[in-house]
Amino acid sequence: MDKQAPLMHVSLLPGDRQPQGEHPGGMGRSDDIRGTAPLSTPVSEVVRPARGDIVAASPEDRAVIERLLAGDEATFARLVDEYHGRLVRLARSFVKDQATAEDVVQDTWMGVLNGLRSFEGRSALKTWIFRILINRAKTRGIREARLVPFSSLGDGDGPNEPAVDPARFGSDGMWADPPQRWEDDTPEAVLLREEARKRLEQAIEELPPRQRTVLVLRDIEGLSAEEVCKILEIGDTNQRVMLHRARSAVHRALERYLEEE
Amino acid sequence: MLTCQELTELVTDYLEGRLSLWDRMRFRFHIGMCKHCRAFLHDRKLAIKTLGKMPADPIPPDVRDELLDRFRNWKRE
Repeated sequence: MDKQAPLMHVSLLPGDRQPQGEHPGGMGRSDDIRGTAPLSTPVSEVVRPARGDIVAASPEDRAVIERLLAGDEATFARLVDEYHGRLVRLARSFVKDQATAEDVVQDTWMGVLNGLRSFEGRSALKTWIFRILINRAKTRGIREARLVPFSSLGDGDGPNEPAVDPARFGSDGMWADPPQRWEDDTPEAVLLREEARKRLEQAIEELPPRQRTVLVLRDIEGLSAEEVCKILEIGDTNQRVMLHRARSAVHRALERYLEEE
Repeated sequence: MLTCQELTELVTDYLEGRLSLWDRMRFRFHIGMCKHCRAFLHDRKLAIKTLGKMPADPIPPDVRDELLDRFRNWKRE
């Protein structure tokens, strides 16, 4: 972990006694107070980081957990409908084939059920489920010698490719072959083109595994940088380098497609 | 002045809010002056937003049935 400015926490109630989020830079809080938050903690007392970087469980998340614990099958069905495909997509950045990814996700669902009682609501339900998946996927990936541990990488895996082909700049570093402003102005318009979606999916598949994980978590699933660093146990700079390379690769792929249209 | 090529490498730090105040000013100044880099930034933001809208595959019906079975078993335990 590299050093970051400590997150600011705002106490909603004076003298609040609840643990203050799960960030390692969490104002000197130590582990000894973790695990003390009862499931029934009123949401109003859960203190959220001011920047919203580590998002705590929402009232909806807590309601879902309560219903699952009560054995409500419809809630579980909705949860798998919402998350299964997304979990498979995330798992694919850790394991080499679709079948293994499906296996890992099935394991994950059992992990979710067996872990329900220990869910403390200090992260969003989504983040918690992703963390369970990643732990399982890592174990699986290591067993299959597919996973490159994050710690063995410098500042990101894959070659240090420039964001844009250097041949497109003049010797003064200014555009010689400038980009066109894409005509499609909304994501929906881009995704309506089946070929564009295919190219995007292909570009993501071709990313080096760790860049792919970071891109999926950040840009597809919308987790914050802090959450991704924490969940993947990587430093902030490393996270940003991988995000930059992954986004640049996706940008290049889309540009190639949209400009040849 | 920041070159276009440099800008394409700083864009992630810019969007992440991780540029120093000085670099942020240089970045914005360049964007204000250079329509090609404005196009680049527009396209980059659109690419990122598009990723956020990518649908995942639906769960296969047999997998769904199996998971619901497992839920019932879990409930019984």
